[in-house]
Amino acid sequence: MNAKSKTWPLPNAIHPPAHKAQSLREAIRTLPLPERLIIPLTQPGHHDAKLCVQVGDEVLKGQLLARGTVQPESLCHASSSGTVVDIAWLPVPNASGLPELCAVLETDGRDEWHRLPSLDPSTVDAATLLERIAEAGIGGLGGAGYPTAAKLSALREPHTLIINACECEPFITADEALLRERADEVVAGIGVLLRMTEPTRCLIGIEEGKPQALSALRTAVDACNDSRIEIVVVPACYPSGGERQLIYQLTGIEIAAGRYPVEQGILCQNVGTCHAIARAVLHGEALVSRIVTVTGAALQKPGNFEVLIGTPLASLLDVCELDGAKLSRLIQGGPLMGVQLPHADLPVRKTSNCFIATTEGELPTPPPARECIRCGMCSAACPAFLLPQQLYAYARVRDLEQTERHNLWDCIECGACAYVCPSHIPLVQYFRAAKGELSDFHAKQAMAAHSRVRFEFHQARKLEEREQEEQRRRERAALLKQKQDAAAAAGPSAQDAVAAALARVQAKKAAQQQESAAPQPTPQEVIQAALARVNAKKAARKAAERAAQQGEASKPDADDDKS
Amino acid sequence: MTLPSSPHGHRGLSVSQVMRLVLLALVPGATALIHFFGWGVLLNLVWLSALAVGFEALVLRKRKLPVAFHLRDCSALLTGILLALALPPTAPWWLGLCGIFFAIVVAKHCYGGLGHNPFNPAMVGYAVLLVAFPLEMTRWSLPLGAVPALPTFWDSLATFFGGEPFFGIDTYTGATLLDSFRQREGAQLVSEFRAASPLSGNFAALGWEWVNLGFLMGGAWLLYKRVIGWHIPAAFLGALALCSAFGWDGGSSSSLGSPLMHLFSGATMLGAFFIATDPVTASTTPRGRLIYGALIGTLVFVLRSFSDYPDGLAFAVLLGNLAVPLIDRYTVPRTFGHSK
Ligand code: SF4
Ligand code: SF4
Repeated sequence: MNAKSKTWPLPNAIHPPAHKAQSLREAIRTLPLPERLIIPLTQPGHHDAKLCVQVGDEVLKGQLLARGTVQPESLCHASSSGTVVDIAWLPVPNASGLPELCAVLETDGRDEWHRLPSLDPSTVDAATLLERIAEAGIGGLGGAGYPTAAKLSALREPHTLIINACECEPFITADEALLRERADEVVAGIGVLLRMTEPTRCLIGIEEGKPQALSALRTAVDACNDSRIEIVVVPACYPSGGERQLIYQLTGIEIAAGRYPVEQGILCQNVGTCHAIARAVLHGEALVSRIVTVTGAALQKPGNFEVLIGTPLASLLDVCELDGAKLSRLIQGGPLMGVQLPHADLPVRKTSNCFIATTEGELPTPPPARECIRCGMCSAACPAFLLPQQLYAYARVRDLEQTERHNLWDCIECGACAYVCPSHIPLVQYFRAAKGELSDFHAKQAMAAHSRVRFEFHQARKLEEREQEEQRRRERAALLKQKQDAAAAAGPSAQDAVAAALARVQAKKAAQQQESAAPQPTPQEVIQAALARVNAKKAARKAAERAAQQGEASKPDADDDKS
Repeated sequence: MTLPSSPHGHRGLSVSQVMRLVLLALVPGATALIHFFGWGVLLNLVWLSALAVGFEALVLRKRKLPVAFHLRDCSALLTGILLALALPPTAPWWLGLCGIFFAIVVAKHCYGGLGHNPFNPAMVGYAVLLVAFPLEMTRWSLPLGAVPALPTFWDSLATFFGGEPFFGIDTYTGATLLDSFRQREGAQLVSEFRAASPLSGNFAALGWEWVNLGFLMGGAWLLYKRVIGWHIPAAFLGALALCSAFGWDGGSSSSLGSPLMHLFSGATMLGAFFIATDPVTASTTPRGRLIYGALIGTLVFVLRSFSDYPDGLAFAVLLGNLAVPLIDRYTVPRTFGHSK
């Protein structure tokens, strides 16, 4: 394992200053139990939840509060024991600034657990473990919080497990602190994943320049004695921890655009998620807390904290001794992909890996943007090998087609381009807006296509109905004529006529049954068939007309019942 | 309330800084030019800088744009300086005025200003002057060493205002090495020419070899500072060296000049590191920049060897600019995760 393993360096990357030391001076701390917890009940990006408790209910720590309403389902648990005093739409840290459904919990101070039975990963089967991960409400703690169980179930023919310990964004040290202090639990979580997926190898990717975390990880990996696990040190750069970028660095595999790593047998999990998995399986604990970095030059005492989900950000900043006069901006996440927050009256959520209370000196407000000088610094920094300068030019004139042709959808919004742009153009903002417009455009197009199909279907059906009506009238007229003829001739008996009518009815029924037994045609097929029928009829009529015109003498009699 | 979107940090290198670094990198080459050609160069530099900034401010005001904000990007100043370095030291005042007018007002702002101009403004100015005033534009001063003494400050000032210097202008001016080399018309072996010509330097053209070394130094520094990329200069110089190596048959009378002579004469290094690298008018993709640089390098060689113009740089760059949209279109890099 000490042999240096092969890595595939990223051709395009940036090297922003790390700003990591300030939050790593002390060990992970905890806060006194907050009186109130505001627990977001939905996964980021979703807007509804099935409630499992009501206002006034007493709950225990780890008790289920709500389930998501959309697939993949995500679960939310009470992060301490106490009473649910409110369920309401409240502001939470997110990019949209819109409120989300939250439960307000008044803690009772006992912090009493409701644990699930602990499992022994070496004896239980993978399905049980998967169920436990789902039940514990675990989502990706390094990124967007996508439910881990769903990611695991989407995994096809696993061959490589990749553990992301890169944490490449500046300022954030939550994973590094976790590895320094609890590498054994992280590796226990990796063991659970290995047991579930049985890959041929497991690569742990960690950036260079984190000696303490690396040695703790080495010790833990050595202790578990699994020859499949290998620690791979990658060069420190941004975005080395992006999922696709990390997979490329460790394996040389480029995940195809529009596809997911799990579809190609690669599962990528963050170290924080592994830790949560270990807690859930070995100790029966739902995900109710996480490690959060609280840092920035506006804080006297930055550091890492183990925080209950729902803890008010303001209380975290208090403990870190925020200097309100120096504070210029508050950011959740890192400086490159993070979200600026409007204020501190927001709770910690499962995806809050870091809060930065920064000053003007540390992260200056960007000056007004200038014109793009086509210097290409952005494309030299783009990990997706895009041409941000061209995407920007097209996005600015709303040439959506060209943005798509230049692969706008492959932009991971990492911010590297805007970070280096000497014209200070907010490129990512343009790209997000263009993506939004593009999806609107496609949705509208799909809708238009759908309504066109429906309209045509409707038209064809009306025509067909009219033709059928005509047909029936013609038949009735013929029948009447037949009857009159029969009466006049007083020929065949009335019984014969009845029998003939019955036979006709039966034949019709049989035909109908056959039709309904045949596979249901799609609307397009129906339309086409109807159109074909109509056209055939039209052609027949035209031919008849032509014939009539040619033979002036013969009087057309078939067409005179036209309505 | 909308809050600024990510990223929240910046590398800290702005357009103004880029331009200022480029200006700084011009110092060694410009110093050598002043040393070998005298006061005239300095007069050009001062006059054209002032004109460029003046015209820029005027146009910005007419276009109702924030003047101070845009002047601070220093792009106009850079255009002025580049054109000044390309003009003969004997240029009268109106030559610069005319050149800058075409550079800043026509080539830059008529197309929409910085970032929108398809042609390199300084080279547009230069090309217009070369076509309109061929006499003034080809009357290059002789470098120190080929003349016993450079014109005095007052002589230069007199030339600048269109007068004749005390000893008559022809004392100081003559064809450049590239010119006279081409005009030897197969009459001399290269070695004979070199021995006979007072314009030969240690390895290329007298004086010019030092000027080119100066610009090469500045360019290397810009590369090291990552202000410019290596693609364009490398392709430019590579193509020029390769072409001249083909034309160099060891020094016969029909030889087109050694690679060393081409690399260190005329405006080669200024062009490779400071003019062809103008980002706005160059190709913007990595592969495109290789093609663009090589195209200009080849054109410089062709124009030097087979046209009547003393140095083909301006036309080579403008032709290169013309090809940029096409080059950009066909050199879009492969996106990560795509096969193409
Ligand atoms: S970095 Fe900025 S100025 Fe340079 S090409 Fe990209 S968008 Fe244009
Ligand atoms: S934000 Fe998009 S375009 Fe910009 S560097 Fe990242 S992937 Fe490339």
